[in-house]
Amino acid sequence: MRTLGLVLGALALVSLGACQKKSSTPTTVKIGVFEPMTGANAAGGAMEVEGIKLANEMFPTVKVGDKELKIELVVSDNKSDKVEAANAAQRLVDQDKVAAVLGSWGSSLSMAAGPIVKDKKVPAIALSATNPLVTKGNEYYFRVCFIDPFQGTVMANYAFKDLKAKKAVIIREVSNDYSVGLARFFSDSFKKLTGDEGAILSELNYNTNDQDFTAQLTTAKSMNPDVIFAPGNYTESALVIKQARELGITAPFLGGDTWETPEFVDVGKQAVEGAVFSTFFATEVPITETSKTFLDAYRKQYNKEPAAVTALGFDGYLVVRSAIEKAGSLDGVKIRDALAATQRFPGAAGHITFDQNRDATKSAVIKVVKGGKFTYLTTVQP
Amino acid sequence: MTLALFLQHLANALSLGSLYALIAIGYTMVYGILRLINFAHGDVFMLGAYLAFYAVATFLLPWWAAFLLAILVTALFGVVLERVAYRPLRDSPRISVMISAIGASFLIENVGIVVFGGRPKGVLVPDVMNVKLGLGGVSVMSVSVVIPVLTFVVLAILLWVVHRTKTGMAMRAVSTDLDAARLQAIDVNRIISFTFGAGSLLAAVGGIMWSYKYPQLNPLMGTMPGLKCFIAAVIGGIGSIQGAVLGGFLLGGIELLTVAFLPTLTGYRDAFAFVLLIVVLLVKPSGLLGGRHVEKV
Repeated sequence: MRTLGLVLGALALVSLGACQKKSSTPTTVKIGVFEPMTGANAAGGAMEVEGIKLANEMFPTVKVGDKELKIELVVSDNKSDKVEAANAAQRLVDQDKVAAVLGSWGSSLSMAAGPIVKDKKVPAIALSATNPLVTKGNEYYFRVCFIDPFQGTVMANYAFKDLKAKKAVIIREVSNDYSVGLARFFSDSFKKLTGDEGAILSELNYNTNDQDFTAQLTTAKSMNPDVIFAPGNYTESALVIKQARELGITAPFLGGDTWETPEFVDVGKQAVEGAVFSTFFATEVPITETSKTFLDAYRKQYNKEPAAVTALGFDGYLVVRSAIEKAGSLDGVKIRDALAATQRFPGAAGHITFDQNRDATKSAVIKVVKGGKFTYLTTVQP
Repeated sequence: MTLALFLQHLANALSLGSLYALIAIGYTMVYGILRLINFAHGDVFMLGAYLAFYAVATFLLPWWAAFLLAILVTALFGVVLERVAYRPLRDSPRISVMISAIGASFLIENVGIVVFGGRPKGVLVPDVMNVKLGLGGVSVMSVSVVIPVLTFVVLAILLWVVHRTKTGMAMRAVSTDLDAARLQAIDVNRIISFTFGAGSLLAAVGGIMWSYKYPQLNPLMGTMPGLKCFIAAVIGGIGSIQGAVLGGFLLGGIELLTVAFLPTLTGYRDAFAFVLLIVVLLVKPSGLLGGRHVEKV
């Protein structure tokens, strides 16, 4: 009797296996998460992954044709390093054969993946990478955030109109495309606003992973600027501001979206109080119905307030899921076309419509560090 | 450039240079005894800083207790590291030990990423280290005064140990000829363990001071200071304790003065350190204060 049972069982298994072999369509869709999980940008990567995972838990499947497929996230650590980033992206498209890629935090890292996704025709969505070159000339790279020419203008306007600044010093992370690009857009815009070609007193440089900025800051102090614009990675920026205050510099510091990490306040502590930066989204002003869904789910799960880039991670996942559904296929070209046709998609951090450069046009919010918290100041429309 | 501005640049340079000097001493000690470039030195440095951080953040110890505990545990770790990774290879070709050192370095870094996490941590700097001192337009933090003082205290203690104590005499004997020292009934293993312990203790002191000056920790924080201090030790003459201190000050000075006076070349700051290494190796391979002895081949 037992033998018979075993035989029957084995038969059943074989037939099941046969059944599965017959259906050639896969049962899961892989989406690559291309983010820095270690290294200088790890905090940024972790916050975006939080958003992507939350969205995946809430919407774990996608309808392709008449089949409901499970979405599997494949996380690949690009180690905050441009060379490793290329390897990580290659692994996602070649080995894991993902249908689409989300990420990366950091424009330089996203740009390292650009040629790879273009070559393999795998659509990619940058979540918070703001350098224009990420999507420029690469019809497979999209982004769900605004770009730096806008962000630079926003901060130049803030410096000129709100702070009444006439002279500025720029401190940039010279090995970081994001920082160099944003600094240039700020500089152009600030010169135009003040009508003074000499409004930027100096552009001082430092390298990623530097820890000592006293030489640059001593120079900056001697120029006595009204404001210092210092876009860059969050830990370096926090150390820059801390050392500036130690040297007795009192000018306000302005920066970009990368400052919005808990580590910025954790490292800078008292010194970063009053630092002002532009970013994508403020929890104080939900924009769409999705914003509310996202905020409720996030607060319930993590018991804290989400960062702007977490909302963008959430949006990136939803946009690509909707594009796969519309394409009705896992073919990279079809998903790309569906993405390009996205119109006013209601994301947590605002509506998403891709322009001809595959960038989303969105408003920016300005936040200030107050009592160790990122506090909403104002919204700026494009 | 005004005098105050120049003095400020000088103060910045001294403060960075003394930190390099402090870490370079540990490097040079180990090399002096074993002719081994301990690539894991920078990671031991990281470990010391993390231990002090957790002692304060998790176990709520006062900073001085955390400091003492962290340097002792790190010293012990250095002894164990030598026992596990270097001693079994003592009779192997020198290249094997060097590869083992590189392996140990990667192992510590990656275990660090798993245990401590890849995200950076902000250090709570003790109040005494965080006092702003100003004098005629020059302003420095108290930690930047403590570090040079500490460096010279450590230098004095080490010179005394090496030249005035029995252990120091044994260290010099082991450094000159390991086998001959053993024939003189010197417990070579004990001396080497002691050297590693002392070297790691200094790495921990350097790491903790570094974290007070630049209050940010990450598991790869030791890599660049490790390389820089290796350069400092080579410039001064690797194996020479005074040389390491001199090399540290030179390196810190050159780095900061480059940034201060040639702002357009700031991006090449690290390159300057390495160019300096190449120049020293070409012109005076034994370093500025290096020994005159000829390498036996």
